[in-house]
Amino acid sequence: MTALLQIDNLDVDFRIASADVSAVSDVSLEIAEGEIFGLVGESGCGKTTLALALMGLLPGTADVRGTIRFQGRDLAGLSDEDMRTLRGDRVSMVFQDPMTSLDPCFSVGSQVAETIRAHRPIDRRAARANALRLLTDVGIPEPERRYGDPPHRLSGGMRQRVVIATALANEPALLIADEPTTALDVTIQSQILDLLRDLRRAHHTTILLITHDLGVVAQLCDRVGVMYAGQLVEVAPTEEIFRAPLHPYTQALLAALPTAGQERGALRVIEGRVPDLTDPPPGCRFAPRCPHRMDECDRVPPLATEPGDHRVACWLSNATRAAGGEGPLEPAGSAEGASA
Amino acid sequence: MSAISATAPAALRRDLTVDPGRRKARIGLAILGVLVLVAILAPLLAPHDPDAIESGRVLRGLSLTHPFGSDALGRDVLSRVIFSFRVSLSVAVGSVVLAFVVGIPLGLIAGYRGGWIDTLIMRPVDMLLALPALLLAIALIAIVGPGSLIALLAISVIYVPILARVIRSSTLVVTSQTFIEAARARGASSPRIVTRHVTPNAIGPAIVQASVLMGFALQIEAALSFLGLGAQPPTPSLGVMLADGRDVLTQAPWVEIFPGLAIAITVLAFNLIGDGLRERLDPRGVTR
Amino acid sequence: MNTRARFIVRRLVLAVPVLLAMSAFVFLMIHLVPGDPVRTMLGFRATPENVAQVRDTLGLDQPLFAQYTRWLGGILHGDLGQDFISHTPVATLLAQRLPVTIELTSLSMTLAIVVGVPLGVLAAARPSVVRRLTEGFVIAGISIPDFWLGIMLVLLFAGIMQVLPPSGYVPFLEDPVQNLRYMALPVVTLAFGEAAYILRTTRGAMEATLSTPFVLFARARGLSEASIVFRHTLRNAAVPIVTVVGIQFGVLLGGAIVIEYLFALPGIGRLVVTAINQRNYTVVQGGVLVVATLFVVVTLLTDVLVGLVDPRVEEGQTA
Repeated sequence: MTALLQIDNLDVDFRIASADVSAVSDVSLEIAEGEIFGLVGESGCGKTTLALALMGLLPGTADVRGTIRFQGRDLAGLSDEDMRTLRGDRVSMVFQDPMTSLDPCFSVGSQVAETIRAHRPIDRRAARANALRLLTDVGIPEPERRYGDPPHRLSGGMRQRVVIATALANEPALLIADEPTTALDVTIQSQILDLLRDLRRAHHTTILLITHDLGVVAQLCDRVGVMYAGQLVEVAPTEEIFRAPLHPYTQALLAALPTAGQERGALRVIEGRVPDLTDPPPGCRFAPRCPHRMDECDRVPPLATEPGDHRVACWLSNATRAAGGEGPLEPAGSAEGASA
Repeated sequence: MSAISATAPAALRRDLTVDPGRRKARIGLAILGVLVLVAILAPLLAPHDPDAIESGRVLRGLSLTHPFGSDALGRDVLSRVIFSFRVSLSVAVGSVVLAFVVGIPLGLIAGYRGGWIDTLIMRPVDMLLALPALLLAIALIAIVGPGSLIALLAISVIYVPILARVIRSSTLVVTSQTFIEAARARGASSPRIVTRHVTPNAIGPAIVQASVLMGFALQIEAALSFLGLGAQPPTPSLGVMLADGRDVLTQAPWVEIFPGLAIAITVLAFNLIGDGLRERLDPRGVTR
Repeated sequence: MNTRARFIVRRLVLAVPVLLAMSAFVFLMIHLVPGDPVRTMLGFRATPENVAQVRDTLGLDQPLFAQYTRWLGGILHGDLGQDFISHTPVATLLAQRLPVTIELTSLSMTLAIVVGVPLGVLAAARPSVVRRLTEGFVIAGISIPDFWLGIMLVLLFAGIMQVLPPSGYVPFLEDPVQNLRYMALPVVTLAFGEAAYILRTTRGAMEATLSTPFVLFARARGLSEASIVFRHTLRNAAVPIVTVVGIQFGVLLGGAIVIEYLFALPGIGRLVVTAINQRNYTVVQGGVLVVATLFVVVTLLTDVLVGLVDPRVEEGQTA
């Protein structure tokens, strides 16, 4: 499969009065057509910034370096107007909070319709018909009646469905969903996830799902990427990641998940704090908190591929060491099975 | 403020807003400080007696003896401006301070207690707010009669509702926060809660509003005196000077220009201070 | 009855107690005056017979509440008492003067909106360029006392350049061109300060709205910049803008009083000021009542307008 989205060495810095914030550091990944790719990490790890960089929605204070290829085109070279035509048409984004995504002064139906008309030369009636069909597709009951409702008359789950309808109105090749279920009740969450799965099947939409919830990832995603403090530390198919996480951060994340049947006691936590992004550690940014910290960790470990299409950026991995010009580790310090 | 949009990380949004506010407030305070000094030191600073009539020096333009010129009676405009400014500023500041002292307790109680006390206090307040400020002041003066002190009281009456409303809004916000519940749970008495916990947190927006209101109060005092309803002779006032200046407008415009400039600069200072303070004290924008 | 109609009716109903309370206050004005108001009004003509006659006409010897209801009743019949100096019915005086005040305030507010809103939108949408220019305008408009500005304009346009009259008035229906010439300076004077406020409010509301999540989502959908600014942002920003315009109308009415006095426009403001100086209380009563009512009506209209713009308001949802 050809890569729909190819990101190479993406860096995003924010310039503010007192300092520079390194929000995304040398991230490279590709997303294949038709897959659901999950991007995980805690708040502030740069996943949203990455998504906004893809969409070209970062403010002027952001300095974006690296290449982003979408459907073979380099997005960096595009003008503002060209980017605008892509957005909402070839690539769409859905945000976390459905309460605030829709304009409170306009009806939900009109907002779907206007997204269609922004990209296609069709008249109002046709757009309305399309919008009604989309509302039905996303599971809004009585779409005729709901079409004219302002957003505040719909529940959170309904609103998110409308938001998804607007995002998919023009059948984009890529849908970026940034924490689409975080603001919703658990029961609604699974409904929305099912909706996304069904829509992917129906329209062959590729989905980049951003979340901090590993449960969502397990349910929906084909492959997973893990980010920490702006760095991409691990990428692998979902079962691989859950079965055998290679990066200490990923291992710690999974170990911290409470499981049913687990004995009572303290939850396992990751010691330490997230680094200050105005003055990040020189190499691997997880190193200060990592139980397996070594001298090499002051150099940024390259993302390298282990067997099973499992990529990791950690000096514990022999593939990384080979890619980074280091000799392999002594067997005593092997990465697998190390506990956090 | 707008350069940082919703797409910037939260850490950024916090950082940038402190700077422009502080600078504005400093400039405003500096100007106001100078003006207050001028007002206090009026007798020392004024080159001439403001009431000294010199028929030989009528309507002279700007000169070394008369930096702001002289008026129709030969009086030095600069000295008159300084002394008038003193009176006008006292009325403006005094009225707002009085309104503050009266309005803050009212708004605090209304916001903290809620219920029928809130309605009891805020209904008349809203009624008063329903009238245009200057009109109300004029109506009050119509009843009692003109004068500087009356003007001060009238302006206070207008501004009590505004300050009460502002502090009530911010009290409502503060009271709904959990640390107040915690204090109650600890058994702290209501008066103690209000004085130690609510007031320090809620007072910010009221202070911002008060400083802006001082600028308005100055303008209202000037308007009232201009109409003959405020300061009465022999009390000097910027408004009175503006009225007098009309008579000699084309021959000696400086008589009209300088008092007006004095008002404009002072109002500007109050607004700068208010805007600067707003960044720090009123992040939620309770004040307009 | 649909939501909108119910909303309007509710607002109207709320306006009634406000008007009643105001009327009570205005009514009490005469009775709050220290000393005998009648004696003060009549001045040197205060012979015992005159005083008794006036007291009788005003009904001042009756119980307070009876007087109030009588006065209210009179108002509803269009009787606001008499001007004690000229013996003209107050209602007639006010009716003559009201159009002038309305013309002045509506022209000023319109000019202020026409200048303030577009500049505010521009300042928010294209910050760097337009902002510097408008910043000075805003500072000047807020700080400069409006009647002083009026005098300065008179100095410039009537005194030095001699293109416009310094004072006076001609009714519009008599001579539209002359009417506008007389109104030009007063309107510009009032509009200047107002435009500054409106500009500042518009700019602030637009900036606040431009950084909201739904604008971000609109950008993510690829809507055109024009659609985002004018259709979405402006509509949402309109709520605080319209609200401030309503409040500012009250300020404008107050300012109009002084401006009418300054430019010798025969409006209600000037009437009231003159009447105060003459201790002509019935006229003051009537004038204050009319102006206050005017303001309440405008506030009501503003509320309705806000309800039209933002569908949440009519249903009682907080924004």
